Amino acid sequence: MSILAVEHLRKSFGKGKDSHVVIDDVSFALQPGECYGLLGPNGAGKTTTLRLCLGLTTPDSGRITLVDHPVPQEARRARLKIGVVPQMDSLDPDFTVEENLLVYGRYFGMLPAQIHARLDWLLDFANLTNKRHARMGELSGGMKRRLTLARALVNDPDLIFMDEPTTGLDPQARHMIWERLKALLASGKTIFLTTHFMDEAERLCHRLAVIDHGRLIAEGAPHELIAQHIESQVVEVYGDQAVRWSAGARALAERVEVSGDTVFCYTRHPEPLLQSLSHTAGLRYLHRPANLEDLFLKLTGREMRD
Amino acid sequence: MSTLNYHLPALSLRFIPVWRRNLLVWRKLAVASVIGNIAEPMITLLAFGYGLGSLLQQIEGVPYIEFLASGSICMSVMIAASFESLYSAFSRMHVQKTWDALLNTPLSLDDIVLAEMLWAASKAMISALAILLVLFVLGIGLHSTTVLVPPLLLMTGICFASIALIVNAIAKAYDFFTYYFTLVLTPMIFLSGVYYPTTQLPSWLQSVASFLPLGAAVRLVRPLLLGQLPQDPLKDVVILLAYTVAGFYIATVLTRRRLLK
Repeated sequence: MSILAVEHLRKSFGKGKDSHVVIDDVSFALQPGECYGLLGPNGAGKTTTLRLCLGLTTPDSGRITLVDHPVPQEARRARLKIGVVPQMDSLDPDFTVEENLLVYGRYFGMLPAQIHARLDWLLDFANLTNKRHARMGELSGGMKRRLTLARALVNDPDLIFMDEPTTGLDPQARHMIWERLKALLASGKTIFLTTHFMDEAERLCHRLAVIDHGRLIAEGAPHELIAQHIESQVVEVYGDQAVRWSAGARALAERVEVSGDTVFCYTRHPEPLLQSLSHTAGLRYLHRPANLEDLFLKLTGREMRD
Repeated sequence: MSTLNYHLPALSLRFIPVWRRNLLVWRKLAVASVIGNIAEPMITLLAFGYGLGSLLQQIEGVPYIEFLASGSICMSVMIAASFESLYSAFSRMHVQKTWDALLNTPLSLDDIVLAEMLWAASKAMISALAILLVLFVLGIGLHSTTVLVPPLLLMTGICFASIALIVNAIAKAYDFFTYYFTLVLTPMIFLSGVYYPTTQLPSWLQSVASFLPLGAAVRLVRPLLLGQLPQDPLKDVVILLAYTVAGFYIATVLTRRRLLK
């Protein structure tokens, strides 16, 4: 039994000629206890998908079932068991850390005693115990994110929605968030995550879906997707001569892509490439296994999105 | 699809935690807020009441300051409720993203709009009660009929908060509210008998003025503060209620269109 099921979801914005499809026949399901990632370039439909699943906007067609409730019809009741970490910081700037948690708990109909019973655990989980009475202005970006995470856990949710939870954080803060999310998964929570950091998705997600132009174009476990869609080895070549060298390299690799003055060679057998490189002066290169970013770029293309 | 959702607002007690959130913020800044909300009407009242009042004969049989006091308290309720539903609600909705956070909880947007409306009216009431106390100190409004004034001022606050939330729902930025204040509220003040009796206006303007919500509030509150009963209380209460119901309904529909697309 899935904790969130989405079937044949469609959503368009605008009317008549200006109408454009944002979500185009998307179906997926989250199993309890897994971390499911939604990956896609900006504007691909990630945030709209989250909003649809939370019942904040109505689909044109399709069916959504969230913790056993049909959405949007019973979205309010479903959200009792859901935590949300939004993309934009929405903490109350006038409140202390503790007040932010207390006030948020009341929105779930929790009694003061129920919220207080969770406060110590929440502050400890977010590593904010010594910031209990601090105002928002005194918190770093990483602390605010952790408080937002603690706030999303105030109602002890079964499923947590996270919209780009580590965007804008420094490496230390990102690693701390990842470690907290892994602790949540270990305690049996389900996480629905959107991100455009491939290392984040690869680290956290049991399964993920790649979405582009409103369509779900690939789904599976990260390593399976890589094995299925992409050559296993990558040789990245840099330097003034790289582009010129690439003309000859096309015969040596299964796929060659040029981006600026970097050449990406995708292959299952890198030896001929490496040999060619060792005979060419003035080139630097990196030989590495294919990763999720390679897969993402292959599926969604290299052109810029807004 | 941006089709409008015309359902009637779903009223529920779920608004209470949102109202309490705003109260908690207010409590942190209460002194400054109350002083600000009282100082302006009191300065107007004293300056015009004593300054202009000393030049004037009695108006409608009472000293000018007593005439002005009732208009002034209604006007300050209108401004306080409007200000909270515009600048403050817009900050919470658009700038701080407080409403977005609320929508991720088991609250509906209708709960939030109701909470903002009642909060703005409550905040206007806090100032109104403080002004009322100052009037008592000045010896104004010491009549048994004054008991009816607070509920009527609350109705007035609810009415103007509801109307202002329509403006909030369609505002792109803070600048937009200046138009509402200068093009709607300021003319309404001069048409509603706050500073002078509406009988001073040309008759066509008087008929327009008789349907304005601030005029209705002044016609209800003024006699009560002078120890008399309003002339046509039912009509004026109906006017206030009509603006409230229509205003709140339109505000809810337009806010849904803005945020739930």
